[in-house]
Amino acid sequence: MSQVIHHDEHYDPEGSKIGMWLFIFTELLLFGGLFIVYSVYRYMNADAFHLAAEELNTTVGALNTVILLISSMTIAMSTTALQKKQKATTIVLLEITFMLALIFLVNKYFEWGVKFDHGIFPGSEFMKAEMSQGEVLFFGLYFVMTGLHALHIVAGLVIMGFALARVQKGTVHADRPSLLENAGLYWHLVDLIWIFLFPLFYLIT
Amino acid sequence: MENEKHHIVPYRLYAVVLLLLLVLTFISIAITDINLGAFTVVGALLLASIKSGLVLIYFMHLKFDKAYIQIMVGMVFILFIAIVLVTFFDYYFR
Amino acid sequence: MQASSKIPTDVSYLEYEGKHKGLRAWIFSTDHKRIGLLYLYSMMTLFLVGVILGLAMRFELIAPGKTIMDAKDYNAVFTVHGVIMIFMIVIPGLPAVFGNFMLPIMIGAKDVAFPKLNLLSWWVYIAGAFLVITSVLFGDGSPDTGWTFYAPYSFKTGANMLPAIFGAFVLGFSSILTGLNFIVTMHRMRAPGMTWTKMPLFPWSLYGTAWIQLLATPIVGITLVLVALERIFGIGVFDPALGGDPILYQHLFWIYSHPAVYVMILPAMGAISEIIPTFSQKHIFGYKVLVVSTLAIAFIGYFVWGHHMFTSGMSGTAQYTFSILTFLVAIPSAIKVFNWISTMYKGSINVQTPFYWAASFIFVFMIGGLSGLVVGALATNVYLHDTAFVVAHFHFIVFGGVGFSFFGAIHYWFPKMFGRMYDATWANIGWLIFTIGFLALYSPMFYLGMQGMPRRYYDYLEEFHAANILSTLGSWVMTLGLIIVIINLFRSAKSGPIAVANPWNGKTLEWTVPSPPPVENFDEIPEYQEKDGPYEYQ
Repeated sequence: MSQVIHHDEHYDPEGSKIGMWLFIFTELLLFGGLFIVYSVYRYMNADAFHLAAEELNTTVGALNTVILLISSMTIAMSTTALQKKQKATTIVLLEITFMLALIFLVNKYFEWGVKFDHGIFPGSEFMKAEMSQGEVLFFGLYFVMTGLHALHIVAGLVIMGFALARVQKGTVHADRPSLLENAGLYWHLVDLIWIFLFPLFYLIT
Repeated sequence: MENEKHHIVPYRLYAVVLLLLLVLTFISIAITDINLGAFTVVGALLLASIKSGLVLIYFMHLKFDKAYIQIMVGMVFILFIAIVLVTFFDYYFR
Repeated sequence: MQASSKIPTDVSYLEYEGKHKGLRAWIFSTDHKRIGLLYLYSMMTLFLVGVILGLAMRFELIAPGKTIMDAKDYNAVFTVHGVIMIFMIVIPGLPAVFGNFMLPIMIGAKDVAFPKLNLLSWWVYIAGAFLVITSVLFGDGSPDTGWTFYAPYSFKTGANMLPAIFGAFVLGFSSILTGLNFIVTMHRMRAPGMTWTKMPLFPWSLYGTAWIQLLATPIVGITLVLVALERIFGIGVFDPALGGDPILYQHLFWIYSHPAVYVMILPAMGAISEIIPTFSQKHIFGYKVLVVSTLAIAFIGYFVWGHHMFTSGMSGTAQYTFSILTFLVAIPSAIKVFNWISTMYKGSINVQTPFYWAASFIFVFMIGGLSGLVVGALATNVYLHDTAFVVAHFHFIVFGGVGFSFFGAIHYWFPKMFGRMYDATWANIGWLIFTIGFLALYSPMFYLGMQGMPRRYYDYLEEFHAANILSTLGSWVMTLGLIIVIINLFRSAKSGPIAVANPWNGKTLEWTVPSPPPVENFDEIPEYQEKDGPYEYQ
């Protein structure tokens, strides 16, 4: 039974779900292009990649991985809460997801900061002078891929913000859950990408 | 009008999946120290694939979705892998 | 949002005035038909800019040595010509105009799945076009890398690359969003009774196309981003001095740009598959085979990109693998040609303007396709790569293919879109002059290429002079034909005789609604009852 006042003949949850999945496919291929570049240069510079990876902090990477995995669970749980009409729980779970995402970004900020302090950043003269070509490529890819990923986390925060607001207002609810569910799908995509980024950059020492 | 998804996924299921994901993450960190040579990549990718499979099937709800969505997702992954393979027809044989 | 009860069913979409008035009623309209026309008008304008650039090139090439421009300017002209024609004309192409206009009607829907997203697609298109144009007008010189933006020159040149790169990136979004919209539309909004196997062939072609738009475009998107980052930061990803591989750029670029040519041609073939049964008054030969061929082309087309790179330095294994796959992808296209001709056989041919365009499409597309086999074969490609032969090949298949189909489609659907008939005499005269000019313009390039004339050069050896003169004259004749066709369409849209709902006795759903259609297309969503699918003529 619809809780909204107007009957909206244009509400098609299955259609908007397909739409979000199609968008997710474009994101997979977008990052896919970068994974192709990674795989080619890793193949051609295997030893240099191993060496460069040792500069990365595996603990921070692992922490960030755990954070994202938990956040995927919390946003998935929030869709269950919405369906069970547990509005307060939905909101808390969404807020936790949001906070975890912020913590991820803060970690990334410090991680990059440390790199920059060591003279490791895109186009740095230090890198070109002191490192082999393979290592320079590794870090170029590292910054581009984690940077693009971080941008997607920011977008995810915006989307979650919308979902939070609408759940609070009551326009997203058990009979009209699409916005939250699709926001969840998007967030899981962000997690998926990191699931591959983490081992390929941090665990190849 | 459509509500083909009356099935509500219990919280417990999501928690179990998270647990599995954390275990797999721990395993992939643990095997880093083992020198597997050329199989390092295979091992890393295998574990990452299992993890992403769990995310896709449970968190992203594919298990409970209609078949055509599952097929679309599968085809996209197959397409991407095929493109990588064909690209390596160049690099592997140079 | 309550829409349907408020929108009258007897007011044509051209006349309807809703929330906005005047120009704003068009540029803020979410009506798929108005959006189709917005694309038509903006694409036509950009097309004319591209034509002028092409004419400028042909004028330069009328004689050896500098005629009106030097090498650097020539490089800029062919670059911008390519960027406009590829990214702003043939890739949006038929989907942007006829897909938008006709798809919902042909499947019995009131609009696409996401009408606001559809409007956004057009706005994004305009933004991308605008960015590319600024790269020409401002900065340190118009891009001069060719539309292919090959590394390392694309990150080394002092020309104004970033706006052009960014513009192409933005245009890619427009393509992706349109593809997304069309896929959801076809999955969710077919009229009751219209199963997938009863959907007409133009929508099917849009479906295959949409998947390519969706999955291939992001790869060129990220590749362009990498070139921009290389320019700004020098990350080394394509710079051999830093360990990067320029051939990797080529791989990434063509992984998109080859499937992109199927984005161009599949809807063009789809329109031909609509025109030919209607003007043969006979059901299409091999509907299911045509559907499978469409999907086969879309799929196999992902794996042939290396045939643009035979001389780049790829491994031998890659070379012959790509060559074999290229021959494979030609097969479904040939099957389509066979099916079209078989449709005409023993049909009752109605010789009208759309049919002229469709028949000549088959002719020029065949020439383009066969010449594609010549450059697709590894041994001959090594000799012909980067010669005028390639230029002839792709103009025959892309301009011949997409162009002829586009003109056929605009005449076919003209009465439906504008409620008026075009002047057939002038349309046919325009067609004839255009076709003669087209053949004179591009045929000599096959000969020139085989004789060794390189492409993208503003100068050439004296022995190539005569054929170049013929080609340039051809460009003028073709332009005359083009002008006649366009002026005729414009005048007819304003003051042609009023058209009936179904002037061609077509069998697909768009011919069951008024010419022009009301805003929501149908009074009521039809219950699709054709037992045997579309194209059942008796």
